[in-house]
Amino acid sequence: MSYKLIKRLFSSSPYKKCPQVCIVGAGPAGFYAAMHLTKKLEAVNIDILEKLPVPFGLIRYGVAPDHPEVKNVINQFTKVAQQANVNFYGNITLGKDVHLEQLRQNYDAVLLTYGAEEDKLLGIENEDASNVFAARNFVGWYNGLPADKDLKIDLSCNTAAILGQGNVALDVARILLTPIDELTKTDITEHSLSVLSESKLKEIYLVGRRGPLQVAFTIKELREQLKLKNCRTIWNEKDFQDVEKIVPSLPRPRKRLTELMLKSVNEKQTIVDDPNIKYFKPKFFRSPNKFLVDDKKQLAGIELTCNILVGDNLESQKCVPTDEKEILNCDLAFRSIGYKSVKADKDLTLKQGCIPNDKGVVEDASSDLAKLYVAGWLGTGPVGVILHTMGNAFQVAKVMCEDLGKLSNTQTKAGFEEVKKTIAQNNGNVIDWTGWERIDTYEVENGKKIGKPREKICDVEKMIEVAKA
Amino acid sequence: MFQSVLKSYRIVKKLKPFTTTFPSICRGIHMTPIFRHGEYEWQDPRSEDEVVNIVYIDKDGNKTKVRGKVGDNVLYLAHRYEIPMEGACEASLACTTCHVYVPPEYFDKLPPSEEKEDDLLDMAPFLKENSRLGCQITLTKDMEGLEVQLPQATRNFYVDGHKPKPH
Repeated sequence: MSYKLIKRLFSSSPYKKCPQVCIVGAGPAGFYAAMHLTKKLEAVNIDILEKLPVPFGLIRYGVAPDHPEVKNVINQFTKVAQQANVNFYGNITLGKDVHLEQLRQNYDAVLLTYGAEEDKLLGIENEDASNVFAARNFVGWYNGLPADKDLKIDLSCNTAAILGQGNVALDVARILLTPIDELTKTDITEHSLSVLSESKLKEIYLVGRRGPLQVAFTIKELREQLKLKNCRTIWNEKDFQDVEKIVPSLPRPRKRLTELMLKSVNEKQTIVDDPNIKYFKPKFFRSPNKFLVDDKKQLAGIELTCNILVGDNLESQKCVPTDEKEILNCDLAFRSIGYKSVKADKDLTLKQGCIPNDKGVVEDASSDLAKLYVAGWLGTGPVGVILHTMGNAFQVAKVMCEDLGKLSNTQTKAGFEEVKKTIAQNNGNVIDWTGWERIDTYEVENGKKIGKPREKICDVEKMIEVAKA
Repeated sequence: MFQSVLKSYRIVKKLKPFTTTFPSICRGIHMTPIFRHGEYEWQDPRSEDEVVNIVYIDKDGNKTKVRGKVGDNVLYLAHRYEIPMEGACEASLACTTCHVYVPPEYFDKLPPSEEKEDDLLDMAPFLKENSRLGCQITLTKDMEGLEVQLPQATRNFYVDGHKPKPH
């Protein structure tokens, strides 16, 4: 008998007497906060609401398929979800199936952790041309995010450009450059595998506004890229003028990263006459000015503005455009310049792509409603690795614990019992943890048949069907 | 017959864990660490010879004394004693959630960190010269009295203007 079933048998039980917490978004921030709350509070009931029928957010849909170790954290999250006082309710959209106000009326605290799901636009000409994509949608496509499963990407061309030099940009480059045999062993989706296996791409540019000392990717990801089989890295040596002199004065992370780049630059890898070799070409000091298109509005190239850097602090130098322009011929482009959060509910106010907060507390005037908190990228902006999200979620949860401790026990909120009545009017397909376990089993079994750790279901309808079976 | 079996059993038992008997060899040949999942750390020391007393200092400065043993992994030992050290990737060197500081006198006794560990540490906030990942530290007798400190690893501090110091 599953935990959840046992729990359901006692559902009229003592839970109502303890604080009712609602978490919106079942990604790392939500789960880490739930973990902290269940550890620190003697009695609490936590309901985690999620837009998709499946949990884990960016762990499932962001982490690259060739980084399975990073996904081990799912085991810990699963333990959290299996606790008797934690409930997962999938396939519920905030602002559509249920409103924030209703949640705040029926819970003692509401924590928003729905992340940053929209990509930032460059805001330049022809950004809507075909074969110009948000890196995020490409990531969603190979990772099986339902919204991105039908991405129409044409890999029959020679050259691609990625605009941005962060870890997402490197993920995109690596997936496009990795020999296909190595990807087939991962949980990458079959639909993307079949497109990638037909890829004709030979070279990928990684374009950054600033120089080698300002790249945003981290050393682990760069090292992977440099070690990639059948791929050579071509740097422009001139970009590294004087960089060597500065290295000793850099802080450790930047120093090691720059040293690794310099080591690779000094290898002076060149173009060779071998059809199996692909090329990775970082390009510095360039900003996209506009996308160039042919008469069918197909991408043909990017006009780049050449930049120079100003400022004394090397790591935070600003770039200033010059009059010089340059054309980069390419038939495929990705913008990878960051994410922003969406306004999921009418009652929310966003500023610069996140919800303004003070140590996780969202200040507002509605004192008769439950306190509102925010954690993860929705509160901090879309930066940092899982450790940062964890630290932030723990910190916000700590504040919540203190606040919940001050609550008078006389008030008892109905929690999901009440909220589900509203949700049922809009949506009859709430997926609980047992439903997810069915999906999980189904996916793992389907993966096994083709020698993969998992074959994800990429269709919400299908997920629901499997979960309800 | 029975006696000799018993004797050899005792020898085998004494030999465990392997790493303590041949630490230098193990370091030399860079053994791939065996990823136990913390079961070993739940076993109490079998004799005083095995005991390694260490102290965990949490981010608020609270000290927890722990009676560990030779071969224990600092991350999993922390889990047994409910020290708030995460270990999100389960010691597979894919995250930095078990970042700790090791005092200099002990830092030098540890086998040097590998490239992969250093790469991850570079991403850890509040990186110091004596930073290590807890999951990569296996206790030996040399580490008696070790005090590992957990960093204040939250992003909000970062946003508040913290800058990692250069080394």
